Amino acid sequence: MNAQTPGAAFNPQEVLRAQVRWRALEIIFWVATLAPFVLTPNYLILCSQIAIAALFALSLDLLVGYSGIVSLGHAVYFGVGAYSAGLLAKHGWGEPISGLLFASVVTALVGYLISFIMVRITHFALIMVTVGLCLLFGEIANSLHDVTGGDDGLQGVKMWSIFGIYRFDMFGRTAYVYTLVATFLSFLVLRRIINSPFGLSLRGMRENQRRMPAIGVPMKSRLQVVYVISACFAGLAGALSAQTTQFVALDALSFQRSAEVLVMLILGGAGRLYGGLIGAAMFMVARDQLADMNPQYWYFWLGLLLVIVIIFLPNGILGGLAALIDRVRSRRS
Amino acid sequence: MIARFVSLLFDGFAYGMLLFVLSVGLSVTLGMMNFVNLAHGAFAMVGGYVAIALMNRMGWPFLATLPVAFLAAALFSVVLERVLYRRLYRATDLDQSLLTIGIVFMSIAIAAYVFGTNQQPVQLPDYLRGRIVLGDFSFGVYRLFLIVSALIITGLMVIGLEYTRFGAQVRACVDNQRMARGLGLNVDYVFMMTFALGSGLAGLGGALAIEPMGLDPNFALKYLVYMLIVVAVGGLASIRGAFFTAGLLGVIDIFSKYYVPWIGGFILYLVMVGLLIWRPNGVFARR
Repeated sequence: MNAQTPGAAFNPQEVLRAQVRWRALEIIFWVATLAPFVLTPNYLILCSQIAIAALFALSLDLLVGYSGIVSLGHAVYFGVGAYSAGLLAKHGWGEPISGLLFASVVTALVGYLISFIMVRITHFALIMVTVGLCLLFGEIANSLHDVTGGDDGLQGVKMWSIFGIYRFDMFGRTAYVYTLVATFLSFLVLRRIINSPFGLSLRGMRENQRRMPAIGVPMKSRLQVVYVISACFAGLAGALSAQTTQFVALDALSFQRSAEVLVMLILGGAGRLYGGLIGAAMFMVARDQLADMNPQYWYFWLGLLLVIVIIFLPNGILGGLAALIDRVRSRRS
Repeated sequence: MIARFVSLLFDGFAYGMLLFVLSVGLSVTLGMMNFVNLAHGAFAMVGGYVAIALMNRMGWPFLATLPVAFLAAALFSVVLERVLYRRLYRATDLDQSLLTIGIVFMSIAIAAYVFGTNQQPVQLPDYLRGRIVLGDFSFGVYRLFLIVSALIITGLMVIGLEYTRFGAQVRACVDNQRMARGLGLNVDYVFMMTFALGSGLAGLGGALAIEPMGLDPNFALKYLVYMLIVVAVGGLASIRGAFFTAGLLGVIDIFSKYYVPWIGGFILYLVMVGLLIWRPNGVFARR
């Protein structure tokens, strides 16, 4: 990555600056996200769901891809965000943007509390605790039937217009603009975090858990910080989902949702920033198409996809593409 | 009051013994190969559906289906192990979890396709139904049958592990795989056999579980959590740990569902998370 000529002074700021620079492909990618307004105006609702899923996958990438921490229970934060935004709107404050902020602050607080548990354990126990917490929160939401609506979902979420001007319409135009802007802004923040010295230290922890404390990195506090950031953005995604669909189902907190977001991330390629975004788009489009045939058997294709990706494309689609490009280049030279 | 308490205790223990049969294989294979196999519940489901198919479509008696359920699950797992699992022994926890979750999802869809999404009806033979009444206390015959079967299986496992050549090889592989390999043990073979036996037990458990737990395509996911709790709390590769944890888990689950039904599974998950935070390697862990 940072091939330097021998003898030249190594300048860490220069390396980071090179990573921060925008590439042409990135700009094309974000311009392409506007295409649905022209090309597929009937699918804008699906598009806003893709944007939400992409943000959710991105927040998980910070943990799984960049810090090397497994989480099979990330839906906890999505669900907490969704319920806090939904409940706020249901009880009389339907202003969307302050609702987003409220939900992400609540989720960040929950993430902060949970982070104390997470930094204490590793490996199999960590996987189990993340699953356990996800089930625990699901049970809590289920038993608080009076507050959350339990199995029936949270109904009666009424959103006001954005800035008092743009109403959420039934074609999802406003919803897509809203989610796209939110996702893009979050992406900018996360991209900046990942390409900062802090982001570098996260990757260091992923690569070598023993060396980082040895060179003086306070692992536990760094991990706690990244947990809170990740939870906050997952909560934001949940809040967006609650606001645009004006409904929160119990499955916002489910194990299935946690598994699905991991699948998106792994499908696209973890630790590549755009992996989660592309994985989310492919996953949601595939589900939309396949579930139309028969929703029950969608799980079969999902499972098959997982097995194929894990066995043949261990770094996801983007990882596979990168390897392919490398091979073509090395053959040319 | 007392009678109710004793009978709940009995039911809980029987339930726990069933969980033990279902999950002990996972504990041993996880401890040996460090492979996170979330498809263990799917193996149990294979056993359950094989037993159902034999009983309801071919008219086999219940007891005769049990060995077939064992063999079917063992065979199924070995095929998967040879084709898929062995490629990932050196991969990360995450890759292993995802591969096996993929298998679980596929098995759920296949079960729904072949058998439908309804719970499977099961007709137990007369000698396993009814209750035995002793004074104030009464015990379900099938629950008693579960406990006796589980105790026999535990006995066989302990004897097999402690006193046979194969058992010694298994223990060697769990304790120090590299050393065992260095001494010329065929670790691959030992693991494959252990894996087959463990999955076979899950299949047997799946067949036994049809009546008390109900069998539908979500079985693979629904009871996976219980199995993972047994393994995680009991400690890897510890039969004793799995036995006590499963028994305790069954009792806690039955009691909480009877006395405090409105919080449902809440207590169970809370206890599990709490125990894992307290002792991440399992309460009964040997290491």
